Amino acid sequence: MDWMIEVDGLVKTFGHLRAVDGVSFKVPKGQVLGFLGPNGAGKSTTMKMITGFMAPTAGSVRVAGFDVDTHPIAAKAQIGYLPEGAPAYPDMTPISFLNFIADVRGMDAATRAERLDYVIANVHLEAVLEQPIETLSKGFKRRVGLAQAILHNPPVLILDEPTDGLDPNQKHEVRSLIADMAKDKAIIISTHILEEVDAICSRAMIINNGRVVADGTPGELESQSPLFNAVLIDCQNDGVADALTALSNVERVEQMEGSLYRVYPKGSPNGKQSIIAEVADLASRQNWSPSQLTVEAPRLDEVFRSITGAAAVTDAIASETSDMTHGEAA
Amino acid sequence: MATTLAIFRRELRGYFSTPLAYVFIVIFLFLTGIFTFYMGSFFVRAQADLKPFFNFHPWLYLFLVPAIAMRLWAEERKSGSIELLLTLPLSTWSTVVGKFLAAWVFIIIALGLTFPMWITVSYLGQPDHGVIIASYLGSMLMAGGYLAIGACISAATKNQVIAFVISVVVCFLFTVAGAPVVLDFFAAWAPQSLLDAVASFSFLTHFNAIQNGVIDVRDLVYFLSLILFWLFANLLIVDMKKAS
Repeated sequence: MDWMIEVDGLVKTFGHLRAVDGVSFKVPKGQVLGFLGPNGAGKSTTMKMITGFMAPTAGSVRVAGFDVDTHPIAAKAQIGYLPEGAPAYPDMTPISFLNFIADVRGMDAATRAERLDYVIANVHLEAVLEQPIETLSKGFKRRVGLAQAILHNPPVLILDEPTDGLDPNQKHEVRSLIADMAKDKAIIISTHILEEVDAICSRAMIINNGRVVADGTPGELESQSPLFNAVLIDCQNDGVADALTALSNVERVEQMEGSLYRVYPKGSPNGKQSIIAEVADLASRQNWSPSQLTVEAPRLDEVFRSITGAAAVTDAIASETSDMTHGEAA
Repeated sequence: MATTLAIFRRELRGYFSTPLAYVFIVIFLFLTGIFTFYMGSFFVRAQADLKPFFNFHPWLYLFLVPAIAMRLWAEERKSGSIELLLTLPLSTWSTVVGKFLAAWVFIIIALGLTFPMWITVSYLGQPDHGVIIASYLGSMLMAGGYLAIGACISAATKNQVIAFVISVVVCFLFTVAGAPVVLDFFAAWAPQSLLDAVASFSFLTHFNAIQNGVIDVRDLVYFLSLILFWLFANLLIVDMKKAS
């Protein structure tokens, strides 16, 4: 496979703090990788090292085959980068700023005209082209940063919180823009909006304390949720809890409120089987008339919290996911 | 080269898109006027030269050039735009040079706007134009020296005030190395060779030599190598900060 981003054993220490502690992964063309993690987990630091802004303490990064340390200019030419907070030059207007980026990236007149038209139209900057960037709203500043990152149509995009500070409509637009570009690029975005991962990422990676603690498709991560395949049943009859607990594939039954029960299936942390059929079958045999009978919606934030909340859990899953990463890379 | 030019153009345009350029130029012209006519006794001397004008340049630059230089890197670091700049496909050297050249050209523009001084003295008498041209060249080079020192120190911090204060101190040392206040201190006990070595590091020694109308290769080499030395230090600091 054509790996566009290859990160190998990346470490970054600040004094005694290991901000990034042995992160390795590869991203092929066509993949949108979402970095998830609490603040200070090492997401931005990892991005800064991939883009060559920071030199790693150990480990290496290759972008489109170019080592960022030994061939920085060639590697950087392949990358579009939206740094955290979308910094720009406040006294410039968006159009002069974009022209400056085009100058530095050595774009010829025809390409420049075509790409400027494309990004201005797609990021919706028409209205503010001639206004100093310092006078723009947070949302527009973010869009100027995004425009700058995609201006040269780079094969690799690194976007640090691309939708931060945007309103829901703008978020939606940026997500569809990323989704449109996803086909022929390798994209890494960082976010702490979990729905964003579901919406645009084909792979999600949870980073905590500088380490990759989970790595897989959003669906795979969701299956690690303690609530995965749990069934909610609302039933007034007597003995419901006992009858449900007696089912062969049921781990335990939790009474939520009133007559609402949550039924947890048996199985390993990421192999919880579906028990909805069993529960429905039991209900009809017992002649219950449940007012609600649903499977819990898979929730990425449950996984996120359970993984990043407790260190013990973290380590257990980390060893599991590292096997998974190897399997995928092979 | 093309990337250096892109940085250069952006930076130079940046000066004029904010009040900074205009404030700086007005103050520069105002102060050169005051120094020349009041403190330099331009008229009282009744000599057709620009000595009183150029004599004060080192002292003027001592404060005004660090004021220009302090923002070169510190501001980018503070605002975060340095992350954008250093992840663009250009070498650190071309960024260092582009920024330096833009600031230098800006100061040269301000210096160039003192041309009425030259016209005045030509109107009043018969000055030696060769000496004046040499002095302008010397002043330009000296400004470049102050600027390279200030740019390098600006790269080391994100606090512009700290950059300014430290730059002024370092520039001051480079200025007074050749002044009697320092040389007298050494003259009492040090051998002549040490005295010459200290004096040779001084902006004043080299600037005064050029101001006399003699453009010695050694003075040119001094200023150019000083600029290159500090720009190289600037480059090292920017690269070292990546690893820290």
